Amino acid sequence: MEYSFLNDLPKVVWMLIGIAGFLAVIGLMLVVIDIPRTRRDRWQAALFLAPALILLVGGVVYPVLRTTMLSFFDRSGTEFVGLTNYLWMFQRPEILLVLRNTLLWVVFAPALATAVGLLYAILIDRSRFESIAKSLVFMPMAISLVGASIIWRFVFAYRPADQEQYGLFNQIVVWLGGEPQLWLLNQPLNTFLLILVLIWVQAGFAMVVMSAAIKAIPSEIIEAARIDGAGAWQLFARITLPSVWPTLLVVLITITVQTLKVFDIVRTMTGGNYGTSVIANEMYSQAFQQGQVGQGSALAVFLFVLVIPLVIVQIRRTRKARELA
Amino acid sequence: MGRTNDRTPTRHAMVAAASGLALLASGCGYLSGEGGSSGGTDTADVDCSPYAEWEDIGGTVDIYSSIRDEEAERMDRSWADFAACTGITIEHEGSGEFEAQLPIRLDGGNAPDLALIPQPGLLQRVVEDGHALPVSDGVRENVEAGWGEDWQGYASVDGEMYGSPYGANMKSMVWYSPTYFADNGHEVPTTWDEMVELSDTIAADGTKPWCVGFESGDATGWPGTDWIENALLRTSGTDVYHDWISHDIAFDSPEVEEAFDLTDGIIRNEDYVNGTFGGTDSIAVTSFQEAGLPLLDGGCAMYLMGSFYGAQFEEDVEIAEDGDVYGFVLPPLEEGGEVPVMGGGEFAVPFADRPEVVAVHEYLSTAMYADSRASEGAWVSAHQELDPANLADPTDQFAAEVLNNPDTVFHFDGSDAMPSSIGTNVFWGGMVDWVTGSSTDEVLEGIESAW
Repeated sequence: MEYSFLNDLPKVVWMLIGIAGFLAVIGLMLVVIDIPRTRRDRWQAALFLAPALILLVGGVVYPVLRTTMLSFFDRSGTEFVGLTNYLWMFQRPEILLVLRNTLLWVVFAPALATAVGLLYAILIDRSRFESIAKSLVFMPMAISLVGASIIWRFVFAYRPADQEQYGLFNQIVVWLGGEPQLWLLNQPLNTFLLILVLIWVQAGFAMVVMSAAIKAIPSEIIEAARIDGAGAWQLFARITLPSVWPTLLVVLITITVQTLKVFDIVRTMTGGNYGTSVIANEMYSQAFQQGQVGQGSALAVFLFVLVIPLVIVQIRRTRKARELA
Repeated sequence: MGRTNDRTPTRHAMVAAASGLALLASGCGYLSGEGGSSGGTDTADVDCSPYAEWEDIGGTVDIYSSIRDEEAERMDRSWADFAACTGITIEHEGSGEFEAQLPIRLDGGNAPDLALIPQPGLLQRVVEDGHALPVSDGVRENVEAGWGEDWQGYASVDGEMYGSPYGANMKSMVWYSPTYFADNGHEVPTTWDEMVELSDTIAADGTKPWCVGFESGDATGWPGTDWIENALLRTSGTDVYHDWISHDIAFDSPEVEEAFDLTDGIIRNEDYVNGTFGGTDSIAVTSFQEAGLPLLDGGCAMYLMGSFYGAQFEEDVEIAEDGDVYGFVLPPLEEGGEVPVMGGGEFAVPFADRPEVVAVHEYLSTAMYADSRASEGAWVSAHQELDPANLADPTDQFAAEVLNNPDTVFHFDGSDAMPSSIGTNVFWGGMVDWVTGSSTDEVLEGIESAW
């Protein structure tokens, strides 16, 4: 069918209605706020907080409570089954594999992405092509994880030895005189290849933040260290690393939270097959594809519990930083 | 904000609020007027007499299914006349995540009026969760008159009918190249042993006789379940097949193992697979869409896949008994034995009983509709009064012939009829493990322990 703007006109009108509604609400709020009142401050606070509060309760607090409740019920959410879903999680070998994979992701992805970002930031620091080099590594950040996964699926593509290769990895292997490999099938290598995709995307973020931190190190300190005869390694270990340590932690935690939630990459690259599933993917599969709402909820709650400590650490650090400032 | 200029913000805000409200009002006015582009075909050149019983009902019916793109457009055309004559606007929405999204919509109180559900297992689940409505009397009469008892059974839960059969496909079909067969002096095998002999002959010529591909996104593995189901129907027959689906026999019972062993002889045989794709483990990562294409250039000779696979070939590929590709029914174990046919299909399930929904559902369950949809191409129904003259592709005609033959006992795809946690997950995953090297015992025990 030919694309016709006229056909989409109702959608555009709906969009305009949405925008108009939004403007109306904002306008109304401004009007109400502007009405002179005694104790106006309290009104003002309530008005500005209300939308956020409603969204927080409706979009976070309520779902968390309901998911937690559902995790103690059977597949349709009607019969109370106690801890059965949690026991199931730690007894089924395929779910244990999922937990192991998530562990691999959390151990390797944030550390490697941060390390690559830091290393790159140091290498290009004050070089002549710094901005170009930075953009190159940062660019993958602009691609969605699904897009990145599709790109990497081509990189890992397999054709037998007697045929033309179109996967970059296998073409290189063939050039080096090797046999083409079914990369995405080989466990546990395939999980690491998926982790590579996340590193490719996230290293740019780590690099930009680390680069800013490196630039914030006062040049006097570096000069002083140089005068004292510090070599490249000593400079890194004694000056750079301690100076950027707080930033490094922030980057690590941010990527770790990202990693725990990883879903798009696994779903696009393998669909969770060949032993590559992770908690977020398994949760979707259990709850929505197989209709095991209880088991899916248990996985969701488990994931939530894993993320909480990281968030607390993050909040503590931010608060401390603000107190210092 | 500073308070030095007290009046201006108010005026700005007033203007923003007022213009917003004005936009809101005009937009709503537009939409409630002649805004909608759907519906409203000119009825002047349409013969409305067949639709007289549903005259002037009006209203809107939304249909939700997994059907998209080209196929969805054919579907839209197939009910255009009905919609024009009855004044009912039919809005169809297709989703690639239909199976996962339907329960979410139902739980969220956002049920479609009708859904085309491709798995009896899912149909059973939405009935058990209390969402589906029993069909109207008119639909029940149409279904009882139009479809065999097997199909009526798949649309029913505990004796109550909750849907009407819609499309159908035949999954006991081996695609092959008549040209390749003729050039090499091969004949279509009539028994399983002949098929194995033929495979040996082809393998001796240096060609891998079979193509197999299991990859299908998050549904990876399902083509493998088709192999097992076809094998089980041949080794143990109908009763065992149905006992297996309903879990009256264990998943790791000897009968099922025998079916795996029969399949093993073909798809896990390094000499037989995987034409142009690599070793047997390449099955797991080869997409089912791509897997059958080497038939065209002699990369392999046979490919077990549903009748719907014809849609994968480019338009210049001739699908005919003496053309580039065609299909034969997977042969029985012994000469003259019963030829069991396995396949799938969709069921139209109602979630609302407004008059216009009932009317659309009634229409979809008539032979008139089946003919209308079939004439748009690439579609088969098991409706017994479907006019074969309307079927465009020879393979569709072939499938319809097999499906609508009163002697054919149609067996619904077992994995689709099992509870979805087994049929659409553990079984699929098990097939992937199996072709990548897990032993038959390991796989069978794994699936049984999950049930």
